[in-house]
Amino acid sequence: MERVKLTLPLDRAAVAGLRAGDLVLLSGPVFTARDAAHKRMVEALDRGEELPFPLDGQTIYYVGPCPAPPGRPVGSAGPTTSGRMDRYAPKLLRLGLLGMIGKGKRTEEVRQAIVDAGAVYFGATGGAGALIATCVESAEVVAYEDLGTEAVRRMVVKDLPAVVLIDPTGADLYRIGRERWRIPG
Amino acid sequence: MKEIDVSVVRKTVARLCIEANTLLPQDLRKALGDAAAAEPSPYGRALLEELVENADLARRTGLSICQDTGMAVVFLTVGQDVRFTGGSLEEAVDAGVADGYREGRLRASVVSDPLLRKNTGDNTPAVVHARIVPGDAVEIEVAPKGFGSENMSALRMLSPSDGVDGVKRFVLETVEAAGPNPCPPVVIGIGLGGTMEKAALLAKRALLRPVGSRSPLPHIATLEQELLDAVNRSGIGPGGLGGRTTALSLQIETYPTHIAGLPVALNMSCHATRHARAVL
Repeated sequence: MERVKLTLPLDRAAVAGLRAGDLVLLSGPVFTARDAAHKRMVEALDRGEELPFPLDGQTIYYVGPCPAPPGRPVGSAGPTTSGRMDRYAPKLLRLGLLGMIGKGKRTEEVRQAIVDAGAVYFGATGGAGALIATCVESAEVVAYEDLGTEAVRRMVVKDLPAVVLIDPTGADLYRIGRERWRIPG
Repeated sequence: MKEIDVSVVRKTVARLCIEANTLLPQDLRKALGDAAAAEPSPYGRALLEELVENADLARRTGLSICQDTGMAVVFLTVGQDVRFTGGSLEEAVDAGVADGYREGRLRASVVSDPLLRKNTGDNTPAVVHARIVPGDAVEIEVAPKGFGSENMSALRMLSPSDGVDGVKRFVLETVEAAGPNPCPPVVIGIGLGGTMEKAALLAKRALLRPVGSRSPLPHIATLEQELLDAVNRSGIGPGGLGGRTTALSLQIETYPTHIAGLPVALNMSCHATRHARAVL
């Protein structure tokens, strides 16, 4: 199956052309954030403070990597379940977040927020943490260092394999895939 | 009476934490390969091939199979003729977990309080399940459990009149609700009977059985196969992208129960259902 190369930060016009099921290779910077970092970011926004990194046009990767072994920027670094960030995602999408990388289903509210923002939700392969680690070129903590694995990192990836799970029209690959392969009865 | 210094327990637990997180059990590795060959969905097949490649890369490089190196669940089967010396057994297990996660550069994923949520920094404490048996051997099995799948587990106190159909409905509802979240293809452990906590522990222990193994009880073996087939008709498929391999294996453990009850617990586990064992 053919994969399309995409450069990060994403180009809005390129995102508009993506469709659920497209296979891509992502290269460039992403910001890592999962449960605890999302909670802090949204609390900061609620207090009227700035986020620790510029959100507009950026991509967040839901990941908490393993500690780096010698000679590597990170250890295993596969996606975590995105649904736990659903409470926070619409707010970040309204502020310009353009891409999310994770795994697992999203709420209807997030799906609608993706459509409204012209954004995209990519899936990386859950449980392929070692393989994904080999796509990471560098990683530096940019905020919330005390959170350990949950700190926000600027991570530069090269040819990270992903699939479009929810596209800017709102089509959802999980729904399409399950209906295609379900055996009724 | 055989004496075992708890420092031996500590070293063994540390080694098993690293082994379990980097070396996918061969039965599971084979099941993934077989599924890749049989999966008709192109997305599903590609994903299964990726998982095989990932497991082989982890084995070769020492990177952990998954970044969620889990909460360390430690099963101790202790012969009653053994006496532990040199300190506390539970402390030795936790020290072994801390050593193993540090040396293996495995992720610290445990918070000290479920509501206050401060990371303990060394993946302790472990969850320890001990059983006392005749003899003088000590078996230690470390099963790191990731929470993408753990979160999709469920327990229900069914009524005896719900019977086998009620059990089937519960299992399929739980799998359907989980969808892509637990990193399918999953391994499903089911506990049937006992009390509430016994059913949950049976489900967890069922995950330790070899992939594809069948219960020695004929009616349970039949139920295992029927449920596995039904789960694989769901269409969820590898990674939830659609396909015929939603579960690699489904194992049921049973225990006598009360005249008024039919407890059933489902412990969901991912394609990296990891465990490593040693006997002292």
